[in-house]
Amino acid sequence: MPSEDRERDWQLGKTHRKVDAMERMRGITRYTDDLKLPGMLHAKILRSPHAHARIKSIDLAPALAIPGVFAAVTGQDFKIPYGIIPWTQDENALAVDKVCHVGDGVVAIAAIDEDTANAACKAVRIEYEVLRAFFDPAEALKVRDRDSTINPYARKGNLSKHVLLEFGEVDAELASSDLVIEGEYHFEGTTHGAIEPHCALAHVETNGILTVWSATQVSHYLHRELSKVLELPPHRIRVIQPPLGGAFGGKSEPFDLEFCVSKLAMITKRPVKLLYTREEVFYAHRGRHPMKMKYRTGFSRDGKIKAVDAKTLLDGGAYSSFGLVTTYYSGQLLCAPYAFGTYRFDSTRAYTNKPACGPKRGHGSVQPRFAMEIQLDKAAVALGIDPIELRRRNDIGANTQTINEFRVGSNGFSECLDKVEAASGWRERRATLPYGRGLGVAGSTYISGTNYPIYPNEMPQAGVQICLDRSGRARVFSGANDIGQGSNTMLAVIVSEELGLPLEDIRVLSADTDLCPVDLGAYSSRITLMVGNACLAAAQKLRSKVCESVAKRWKVAKNRVVLAGRMAIDREDPERNISSAEAFVWAEVDHGLLGEVGSYNTPKDRHGDYRGATIGASPAYSFTAHLAEVEVDPETGIVDVKKIWVAHDCGKALSKRIVEGQIEGSTYMGFGEALMEEHLVDAQHRGAHAGPSLLDYRMPTFLDTPEIAAMIVEAPDANGPYGAKEAGEGPLHSTIPAIANAIYDAVGIRLDRLPFTPARVLAAIQERQRREQAGELAPHKPSTDEQRKIA
Amino acid sequence: MSHLLLSMTVNGEPVQVAAPAHHTLLEVLRYKLDLIGTKQGCDKGDCGACTVQIDGVPQLSCLTLALHAEGRSVTTVEGLGLQAGGCHPLQDAFDRWDAAQCGFCTPGILMSAEALLRRTAGRPLTRQAVCEALAGNLCRCTGYTKIIDAVLDVGQQMNGEVAHAE
Repeated sequence: MPSEDRERDWQLGKTHRKVDAMERMRGITRYTDDLKLPGMLHAKILRSPHAHARIKSIDLAPALAIPGVFAAVTGQDFKIPYGIIPWTQDENALAVDKVCHVGDGVVAIAAIDEDTANAACKAVRIEYEVLRAFFDPAEALKVRDRDSTINPYARKGNLSKHVLLEFGEVDAELASSDLVIEGEYHFEGTTHGAIEPHCALAHVETNGILTVWSATQVSHYLHRELSKVLELPPHRIRVIQPPLGGAFGGKSEPFDLEFCVSKLAMITKRPVKLLYTREEVFYAHRGRHPMKMKYRTGFSRDGKIKAVDAKTLLDGGAYSSFGLVTTYYSGQLLCAPYAFGTYRFDSTRAYTNKPACGPKRGHGSVQPRFAMEIQLDKAAVALGIDPIELRRRNDIGANTQTINEFRVGSNGFSECLDKVEAASGWRERRATLPYGRGLGVAGSTYISGTNYPIYPNEMPQAGVQICLDRSGRARVFSGANDIGQGSNTMLAVIVSEELGLPLEDIRVLSADTDLCPVDLGAYSSRITLMVGNACLAAAQKLRSKVCESVAKRWKVAKNRVVLAGRMAIDREDPERNISSAEAFVWAEVDHGLLGEVGSYNTPKDRHGDYRGATIGASPAYSFTAHLAEVEVDPETGIVDVKKIWVAHDCGKALSKRIVEGQIEGSTYMGFGEALMEEHLVDAQHRGAHAGPSLLDYRMPTFLDTPEIAAMIVEAPDANGPYGAKEAGEGPLHSTIPAIANAIYDAVGIRLDRLPFTPARVLAAIQERQRREQAGELAPHKPSTDEQRKIA
Repeated sequence: MSHLLLSMTVNGEPVQVAAPAHHTLLEVLRYKLDLIGTKQGCDKGDCGACTVQIDGVPQLSCLTLALHAEGRSVTTVEGLGLQAGGCHPLQDAFDRWDAAQCGFCTPGILMSAEALLRRTAGRPLTRQAVCEALAGNLCRCTGYTKIIDAVLDVGQQMNGEVAHAE
């Protein structure tokens, strides 16, 4: 927490120009594909046209005979498997004996330029024996024979992971509930769609160190996996993450290209670069898992949630990726912001012959949130309770424990509900909106980092080193990956706040495994809380040294020295001040070179002790409420989202616009998933992607995206730096069900399958009209006359 | 592979460059002229990250053969600031508004937005006009909100209107 002598909030919560934004505006930032080294070769990967096939033979000779081709590698060069989760290392850099989905990498070739590498890929002759492919997870789970087992390392047929956890007597509580809502939901899954395609460049330096520049959000994990697969000790490898063009979870594990450029650079002794085509990005995927979810939710008459019973089938694709965690998250992350009386979830992840699924913004919990929030909306209608009021009645509150034994600290959910309710005019307007217009609400929660790292170890989860020098400058060394979310600026704001320097006097060097302390990476919304805490610890040590040296010379108490505005100032006599540079010189005279480290480890008392209890446990939870207004055209089924109000409890906004930007970007992404996006593999075309381009995979444009009103709620958390929690993933979740619930309010249809395309909406409207005409249902939103009669 | 010797003006400077006949303007700018500010996001005209101006008109450089630029004037994001003493008002506004998160789509958006401001000079700039002009540029980070704010801010300043509230 902030020290007493700090000039409070001279930087916190302000708007900032980001430390590295202007060079991006000017086009001079070097992203990975902007790097060019002397003698550099270009590599391409030849990929499988089959969803499931044994590789009988590969003839590289015709490719190697082409002038300008330097080297080729196959799965035989990468026999050691890897995987982001230590217990499920079930993929190889290139296919060893068989391919498991269309787009699986088979051969990588380095050549003088891309054209030559492409020509060489075409010249390779591969003989395949096609095997039966599975595109439906339920079908895949039915078979157990070796030939039908998709993943070469799988030990239980096509079962990737099964989790069954029960808290309390669910069946008994359901039986005694006043109302049980049953629903089946289908989220086909979506992909990240970062505008920068994956890219990697490798070079063996003259000192023998393999340097890999990669568009990754997890440079440390990449470092580890490169070491394993290439059989090089870690100290012989340096991983650098150049500025990144978006990630959203799509770059949060190693990919084939990083291993291929490394190996090809080692063979050719030349730098080798590989840039994915957009089509390859779609096949690399690791996006949101398709989930089929069955929910039974029991309520008391007054709307309290007595029991939640969830059964979920996850379509994992060909490899595990983060799937073990996803399977847990599909249940574990649902237990706030509402108190559950009892809870059971039964989640099964299956392998299929599709690109592997993994983590996308809101990992594993966006899909069940969609189901849960529609269940709540159905209950509100059935019980005649206002949907916001129903959520308030179930609010779990602050400083409490969830049914699955996660300890929740701060909680601003109720204020989030208040804000969206007031801003949207919910109370006054909702009852007055005509047929075709509607308002819908939903809430959600998310983690601020996970309590345990991906590979078990007891070291701190984050570390930061800060140096000050006589020029009045601070240098911050952090392994954290700035992926566009602004984490470098977040660190600079903390250093600025503590040491009184403006942001332009602070250099942040990040994500270089040779220069920076280890950080685990940009995933699970961990950086602000974890790396922020580590940075704060280091900055406060330096601050103390500087203030001490200044106080000594001024002969005043240390707490009279304030660092702000590039100065050290006497709090009681502001006329007495010196520049930061001068203060740093005094401190260096007294203490020697000014450098400090800070580290952060998670509290270990945030979860229960059952198997799986740690997965989803976080030092702090963020909370969000979304409220959407829609207009639905009953003639066409087109849903026009007019506006989305979103309030997000981020604990404390360290930099206001950056937090708003995360809320807006998350909400936009959820909007796209609700109405437009679907990552679909086409079983009718042998497992080819249904549209691996940014034209066919429809991401919202400027014209599609509704107005988004982002509101910041601050319920400071004792575990966050200055109380800060995450803001980058939570504000996606409840966008989707808020829109679904608004559509119900508008036209009385429940959409259980995403996305809400005009065809699906229209079919549901027509079905409702048929049932209304048959007398099975009363008209939705009767005209005012009819309303008056009912009243 | 036959090469062509192309002559064009790039960011105000005459340039001669040899490139294979089938190469796009994007490839020539990025890989021959080292103008890396222009980005490749999809290489098929879907994302707008590669937008440059040819004779002042925004064009997708990934769908434009380099040959098409022969004898013409090409402006990339690197040239945008040159016209305004190093930093174009749009670049400054994008920085102030945090209108770029990862910044990868930003060069293309700036090139589309600058052309919009010239087309609409002297007339009030509306949110709808901004969205229509930029609809060919995908951004995956921002939800577009702050980009719209930044462009409207500059448009209003250029038209001498009251600046957008901070």
